[in-house]
Amino acid sequence: MGRRKKENQPASDLFHKAGFIESFVKGDIWTKLSFVILGLGCFVRRQIARGLFLLAFEALFIWYMISNGSYWLSMMPSLGKQGPTKEMVEVLDEMVETTTYHDNSFQILLYSILTLFLIAAFIMTMMTSVKMSYDAQHKLESGKKINFFKDDIRSLVDESFYKTLLSLPMIGITLFTFLPMVFMILIAFTNYDGTHDGFANNLFTWVGLQNFETMFSSSGGSGSYFRIFMGMLGWTIVWAFLATFTNYILGILVAMMINKKGIKFKKMWRTILVMTIAIPQFISLLYVSKMFSKTGIINGLLVNTLGWLKTPYDFFGTPLSARIMVVVLNIWIGIPYLVLIATGILMNIPQDLYEASRIDGANPFQQFRYITMPYMLFVTAPYLLTSFTGNMNNFNVIYLLTGGGPINTNASSAAGSVGHTDLLITWVFKIAQGTDSLYYMASVIGIAIFVIVSIITLSIYNRLGSNKNEGDMA
Amino acid sequence: MMSTDKNAGNVPEKKEKKKMGMKAKSRLSNTIIYVVLVLISIVWLTPFVCIVLQSFRTESTWMVGYVIPQKWGLDNYIKLFDSDFVRWYKNTFLIAVVVAVVNPIMVLCMSYTLSRFRFKMRKALMKFMLVLGLFPGILGMIILYRILKDLGLTQEHAVPGLILVYCASAGMGYYISKGFFDTIPMSLDESAKIDGANRLQIFIKIIMPLAKPIVIYTILTAFLGPWGDFMFAKYISFGNPKGMNVAVGLASWLTPDQIDVKYTMFCAGGVLVAIPVTLLFLFLQRYYVEGITGGSVKG
Repeated sequence: MGRRKKENQPASDLFHKAGFIESFVKGDIWTKLSFVILGLGCFVRRQIARGLFLLAFEALFIWYMISNGSYWLSMMPSLGKQGPTKEMVEVLDEMVETTTYHDNSFQILLYSILTLFLIAAFIMTMMTSVKMSYDAQHKLESGKKINFFKDDIRSLVDESFYKTLLSLPMIGITLFTFLPMVFMILIAFTNYDGTHDGFANNLFTWVGLQNFETMFSSSGGSGSYFRIFMGMLGWTIVWAFLATFTNYILGILVAMMINKKGIKFKKMWRTILVMTIAIPQFISLLYVSKMFSKTGIINGLLVNTLGWLKTPYDFFGTPLSARIMVVVLNIWIGIPYLVLIATGILMNIPQDLYEASRIDGANPFQQFRYITMPYMLFVTAPYLLTSFTGNMNNFNVIYLLTGGGPINTNASSAAGSVGHTDLLITWVFKIAQGTDSLYYMASVIGIAIFVIVSIITLSIYNRLGSNKNEGDMA
Repeated sequence: MMSTDKNAGNVPEKKEKKKMGMKAKSRLSNTIIYVVLVLISIVWLTPFVCIVLQSFRTESTWMVGYVIPQKWGLDNYIKLFDSDFVRWYKNTFLIAVVVAVVNPIMVLCMSYTLSRFRFKMRKALMKFMLVLGLFPGILGMIILYRILKDLGLTQEHAVPGLILVYCASAGMGYYISKGFFDTIPMSLDESAKIDGANRLQIFIKIIMPLAKPIVIYTILTAFLGPWGDFMFAKYISFGNPKGMNVAVGLASWLTPDQIDVKYTMFCAGGVLVAIPVTLLFLFLQRYYVEGITGGSVKG
């Protein structure tokens, strides 16, 4: 709905657009009143369609607030007053217990967040209304043409086309990613769990910072949340590091082998690897985890066929071998992607660099170390970063391969069972899905992961050279 | 694939001054590389060969320590058609088709906008989505489940629910296609503008035809996604076989109480899932490679 200028206007005018405060201060009485009565300024300047649109939004907003919004907001501080009540009712000469449901904490929290979103949108619209009104006022005063309905529509497929394009994806992201995120963060300040599910059993309510205290108090010894968290954070980072860089280096090496001059059937080698990407990951992960199980093919081969082992070896049995297995199997999954990516980039390295270095007497290893790797690192830095954080939250690989096992008996008191290959993210899932469904603790730990990953990403992201040269055409 | 091979051929041949020692050395290193490549291929293909072979095993249905079946037959495939597998397959196919249509629209709108327009909130929007993407999706899933449950889109009716989840936030995956749009010169837009085209016309008539590889890439990945999605599908179908996709359904056959009866059927099901997906993938491989490398080369 923003005001756009015509191309043939002077450049100085093109870029001046008054902000809300300037508009409000400099605006006439109609502009000032537009803050309360949306679209008033537009009506005065005969931009009827715009005015109607704004006014209709205000009317809808007020109607919603009176009919629903105020109720949700009034319930928000308590998250519901009356839980389900049970009473005995006589049905066909028998006493039957029936439950009457009243408030629903989950719904209350959800709708009060939505109402807050709506209020924020309304305040922004109020400000827009003032800005629009002042813009029109200013233009009329300086004798310029203002936009009418037809111009606005035309603008939506032209200068303001981006608003049209963004509307649908942004609504989706707001409702299906942003809203759940806000909700989940708020859960950390409640006692929402299996026994306080907010409807069928008990209501849940705000508990302040209590859950964070539980999280960060180290009482409870090795079974406390904090100790488990720190131990698991260590493994999560080690895993992310190993998973990212083993794949990266080995992937580049394989790509270089395939691309080496004189190697034939390049296309065939690549296709073999690419095929493994096509096969859905859950099939390969589940199947491979079964191959290495005690009764699986690998043990069958080692024990029966080759006779190297007397009894089947439990690859996922001890903490160390289970951890090695997930890293190795992750290489198996990850290398095909890296080969594809690396192939494209290797082609782009200027060949004269290699020529020059060979004349200077560099051996292949030195060429790899001083030409290939720096070039690759520079170009793939954003990829490395996202794949590192992706691996920190790599739920599928751990969940499908080991389920987090083998169980860590030392660290399994506070939050149900915890395994040696569990990452923070699979632990969170276990907490939320365990017998007690401690959603609030899952949320606290989720927030901790979110903060850690964000710090890593944002502190590195801004320094990446390859990010800065994004063309800034205005 | 084709283009990369061509490039490799274009590399100027080395000067012909090499000594005999060098040649022997390079022949040796090439031989080593061939051996390694063959080994790699074996390692990467073994699981799939095993899965195919086991799907034809009829003497037993549980896991065994050998690969070659003693009795061959199609029993496992025949049994599949009398099981819930048919339903899972239909579910997954339906989801994949709808997602393959809607998801690319979201992605292209988002990425084209971020590549072509300069507006006030653009940088902030990109940062916002970057941070949003770092929030553990598993947690959001718990909330989404409750919301979808209120809407009646879980368990038996999980299919529309899943479609909604896969499509709604698709715009956040704009990164690769934005990289592609960035490589299309702005001068094209500008000359079209001089000729009197508006932004909508430029988008549809000028940019879209040029963006064919990235459109195909986006459709391909959108179509493939639902075949492999496990967590969301598992959570939203919530144990109800009617709402499962192939991944969740087949995984439920590997639980301890099912595996002895269903293991070979799992293999057969895996093959039936992998065949169309692999064919499609091999057929459109060029676009996939272009997409995945294009995005990263741009960085």
